Amino acid sequence: MDDVKTLTIDRIHEGLRSRRFSAVDVARQTLEVAQRENDQYGSFLLFCPERALDAAARVDAQIAAGEPLGALAGVPVAVKDVIVTRGVRTTCGSRILESYVPPYDATAVIRLEQAGGMIVGKTNCDEFAMGSSTENSAFYPVRNPAAPDRVPGGSSGGSAAAVAAGQAVVSLGSDTGGSIRQPASFCGVVGILPTYGRVSRYGLVAFASSLDHIGPFGRTVKDAATLLHVIAGRDPADSTSADVPVPDYTAGLDGKAAGFRIGVPREYFGAGLDPQVGDRIQRGIEVFRRLGCEVREVSLPHTDYAIASYYIICTAEASSNLARYDGVRYSRRTEREDTLLDMYRYSRGEGFGAEVKRRIILGTYVLSAGYYDAYYLKAQKVRTLIAGDFTDAFQSVDAIVGPVSPFPAFKLGEKMADPLEMYLSDIYTITASLAGICGISVPCGRTSEGLPVGMQILAKYFDEHRMLRLAHSFEQAGGFEVG
Amino acid sequence: MKITEKEVRYVADLANLALTEDEIRRYCADLDDVLVYAEKLNEVDTSQVEPMAQVLLESSDPTATLRVDAAQPAFSSEIALASAPRSGAGQFKVPKVVER
Repeated sequence: MDDVKTLTIDRIHEGLRSRRFSAVDVARQTLEVAQRENDQYGSFLLFCPERALDAAARVDAQIAAGEPLGALAGVPVAVKDVIVTRGVRTTCGSRILESYVPPYDATAVIRLEQAGGMIVGKTNCDEFAMGSSTENSAFYPVRNPAAPDRVPGGSSGGSAAAVAAGQAVVSLGSDTGGSIRQPASFCGVVGILPTYGRVSRYGLVAFASSLDHIGPFGRTVKDAATLLHVIAGRDPADSTSADVPVPDYTAGLDGKAAGFRIGVPREYFGAGLDPQVGDRIQRGIEVFRRLGCEVREVSLPHTDYAIASYYIICTAEASSNLARYDGVRYSRRTEREDTLLDMYRYSRGEGFGAEVKRRIILGTYVLSAGYYDAYYLKAQKVRTLIAGDFTDAFQSVDAIVGPVSPFPAFKLGEKMADPLEMYLSDIYTITASLAGICGISVPCGRTSEGLPVGMQILAKYFDEHRMLRLAHSFEQAGGFEVG
Repeated sequence: MKITEKEVRYVADLANLALTEDEIRRYCADLDDVLVYAEKLNEVDTSQVEPMAQVLLESSDPTATLRVDAAQPAFSSEIALASAPRSGAGQFKVPKVVER
């Protein structure tokens, strides 16, 4: 059969329809390749071959019965290990959940399996999705398939690397401050941040609930759009999921990009931006000009305050969300359980890794008496201004385009010593997270060292279909290979 | 210094988090960096700004996000206890509680 590493959803469906191969063939080959190469990349924490082969057998039975193919029929999918899977261990990259076997499936997981998707395994990530390099995984780091001495980005580094390395065709990640877009850019794949509320968070282990999103990765815009279409839409199990109709994202992809007004925020091209990254993004913007888009400069004046606002809000929410890991119901328990209080304190102290503890402390501090107004409330007010920047900019443009990260993938270990420096690398992704708008990272050339560069396209609330059309037009016009 | 080791100990206590002396020193320095950096928020005048706690989405139906208040099937105790580190007699087991 075809090389599973370069499959697309369309090619899988063509092969299934023409009976060139079966879904079981695709699942077997993918599992074989993915498992064999996992020592090399560390993208997966666990494989679930039985579950994938069961899904494949169901697809093949449907084909034999002459039933129509589901949108993801026969498609190998990797799922970030912060998204729960019934009967399949879900660790969040943490020792504290090292033996947690969830009794239920996330809504996104249910939907993708109903559409014929085959879950091959759970992907590695920063512990509880806290990090920008996947080096905070309690188990092992992930290596960037494009440059194995470098990080894949984070926190969804395993999901990005799995798709880049061909260990899955598409994957699910989660994005709180850039955790889908940034690893997509580092690994040279497509990653989508859906509008807040577009995709149900039910079964996504909570980090910062007002910022958490589930979203897809793919090697093409169309594949990622297909997965987004399957998982999007209202879910009664998540009260923040929006009751807004879901357009057919793939049907609109081939529409014209001409006439779209594209805003380029001047704040995203200042000091700190790697010159090669800046150059590739400028070339990418030229591609939009050639497509007939109107490009103009816009301003997002509060950008400089986004990181401070974000790290106060997300740690505050995290300190509250992570209070549930108490060594009683599903998390690891310490041996030092002389008293209930010691049991709590040592279970948490021993079970959480350094970055998670750092954030719990910071979050607890900014919420504590005397500091709440100065930090947490202040950060929430600045968040209002950052969201307002986008509302203002979208008065005059349809989409905003810029770099995803100030620099390409960095070396393993390079930024681990300085947490603040790691936080500062999230500057361009955090603004959209705070506003709750949608965004996509698409490949946009490579540096002279061959490292992928990612371009970010941001759009208004629930404007995914037009954002995806722009991204698809960019891909068709050769934008992924500029330079 | 924005934060002292004493405050880190106090906050760790609030969060029920046992830290080693080494961790306390390290987190104190790391958090100080972040809190000093966060000072820049004070450059922004927010006296007329409402806080944003959530991404608010308009809906024509004000009760759209509320579920029906009806009993739903729940996990059996066997399933609920399956990942518990200690359980017995259909219950979670914890150390004896005298007083906090």
